[in-house]
Amino acid sequence: MAEGTTQGMTAALGPLLQGLFDQSVAARTLLDRIPLPLALVSAERRVVFLNQAACALTAMSPERARNLPCRYVFRCSLCTGGCPLDVVDKSPTAAVAPVAREADIVNADRARIPVRVTCGALTAPDGSRVGYFETLEDLRLFRPAEARPEWPQGFGDMLGHSAEMERVFRLLPGIAQTDSSVLVTGETGTGKDLLAEALHNASNRAKGPFVKVNCGALPESLLESELFGHQKGAFTGASENKPGRFRLAHNGTLFLTEVGDLPLPLQVKLLTFLDDKIIHPLGSTRGVHVDVRIVAATHRDLRRMVREGRFREDLLYRLNVVRFHLPPLRERGDDIALFLAHYLKVYAGLFGKRLAGFSPAAERVLLQHAYPGNVRELRNIVEYCVNVCQDTHVDVPHLPRYLLEETGEAEASGGGVHAPAGLRAGQGMRGEGAQALGGGAHGRAGGPDPAGTEWAATGMAVAGSGAVGKGHSGQGVPPVGAPRGDATWAEAERRLIMEALLRARGRRGAAAAELGWARTTLWRKMRQYGLDQ
Amino acid sequence: MSGSDNGMVTSRAGRPGGGSRGNVLVALHRDAVAPRFDRATEAWLGRIDSEGGLARSRTMVLANASAEELCRIILMENVTVVVCCGIEQEFYDYLTWKRITVLDGVVGGRDAVIGALLAGTLKADAMVGGV
Repeated sequence: MAEGTTQGMTAALGPLLQGLFDQSVAARTLLDRIPLPLALVSAERRVVFLNQAACALTAMSPERARNLPCRYVFRCSLCTGGCPLDVVDKSPTAAVAPVAREADIVNADRARIPVRVTCGALTAPDGSRVGYFETLEDLRLFRPAEARPEWPQGFGDMLGHSAEMERVFRLLPGIAQTDSSVLVTGETGTGKDLLAEALHNASNRAKGPFVKVNCGALPESLLESELFGHQKGAFTGASENKPGRFRLAHNGTLFLTEVGDLPLPLQVKLLTFLDDKIIHPLGSTRGVHVDVRIVAATHRDLRRMVREGRFREDLLYRLNVVRFHLPPLRERGDDIALFLAHYLKVYAGLFGKRLAGFSPAAERVLLQHAYPGNVRELRNIVEYCVNVCQDTHVDVPHLPRYLLEETGEAEASGGGVHAPAGLRAGQGMRGEGAQALGGGAHGRAGGPDPAGTEWAATGMAVAGSGAVGKGHSGQGVPPVGAPRGDATWAEAERRLIMEALLRARGRRGAAAAELGWARTTLWRKMRQYGLDQ
Repeated sequence: MSGSDNGMVTSRAGRPGGGSRGNVLVALHRDAVAPRFDRATEAWLGRIDSEGGLARSRTMVLANASAEELCRIILMENVTVVVCCGIEQEFYDYLTWKRITVLDGVVGGRDAVIGALLAGTLKADAMVGGV
């Protein structure tokens, strides 16, 4: 049916369907309304057309995708080897028997999505190849339960067994089945995004798109166009029609994160949509009906914003039909231990380390911390510990220094303590640490936020005993014994090498074995850090 | 993994300010930016000096396409700017946490991307041609 060329989608997809009805049917409208992500690709494997479902899946606009090699649009795991289009090219029956493969894509929102790719050839009446079609079926919903990591209690990708979270998990399935607007509140890093996605996946809209918009990430003028779309010629530079996120989320869920940052004029437009389910694209005289469920989230106090005149009261009431409040981690009791065990397992696997748990002393520090950045901060702390720890158990010296400064452990464990003594103290705790935390659990990373960044700025400090000071690279052996905050991983690694060499009394083979490296790796790193002189 | 000098001529021409400086890694597949960071089969490593010239460069052929391996190389080589196309949020966050600038969504041929890097005009989501 296609007569696609790379000469521009609109022109190429004009009167595409002829002969079926009395009049020609516009192909773009037809293809856009197919809920399956679909792309038309030229014989040179450049994208000719993406339907709306494909735009939502790839998080890419048709304008950006147009004429790009399809590998840069789909970013599929098969693009660099095993492309099904190669099979289509080789198969004489490809024209009638499309080729299907399971793979995954990484979309422009940096999400990895498992898909089933189905490709087939498009031929002209004379049999010549004019291009291909590709469909990408989102397999996230069909992942077998056993493929998910084990987590004893939770919902979707969320985890927790505190009373507050169990209440949330109990309510979620019922709320998911309705189309009511949902407002999710909670501090940064508490899992608002995960809740929104879990809500969508448990709803009848799960097969539809889940479209996320960060209301605080774009200036007002861009945000309006991004949300509601625009007509060609609506403003300078609007050279094409743009559907907008509302239309991309048709039959699905639109997640408005940081809704507290939505400018007042757009709050009015959102209110209008919530009232009559019609959006008005910029420059359009006609409204467009869209069937979208709204889930909004914010870490701000919307009631206070209403009092201050920065958020519309009527919008608050319309969004606040169902409200979930996610408690901060410090109020979630045993969930901290659950997350510690979970992320230790995740990062140990990711970095190829054999870590059995936390020492009781390290666990005490971690459980006492207030976690202002919540789960995201905890995750960053565990990632840091796994990076730094070369033992089988994460001990106090492996924790970021700012944690120890809070509890006063910095002086107790690191201050003025020489490396061997400090490490001996750590070793004494290991036996008990094995049973400190157990059980797998599940959670998922959210995006970066100020809390994470702030931690990153300070968290690289290691409360190590016997640390190597800064500013000694390549300048002989630095003094050992004084605790230092390592500003970079290179400094931390240099310190670890020094400590291992000290414990091995200078025997490189023994030091390499302790570090889990080959001798050549140790030698190379010693040269790199100027420790071979 | 093997390393080889790609024989690029060192450039010292004056460049507009504001471009990438320091060690740069471009994730490649054949002669273009790899569609995905975790599927890159080669990595171009270059050092851009304070004047925007290319001080040295080499191309590493990776034994296996792996995001973890690329991250290791990036940290080992003290890379400050990474150029790639598709990258998972997890690795993007990890690299930015390590204070590495990640220019993702970049589409283009190897030489065009390097040219844009040296000119100081390369940005995330740039399409620089050559593919």
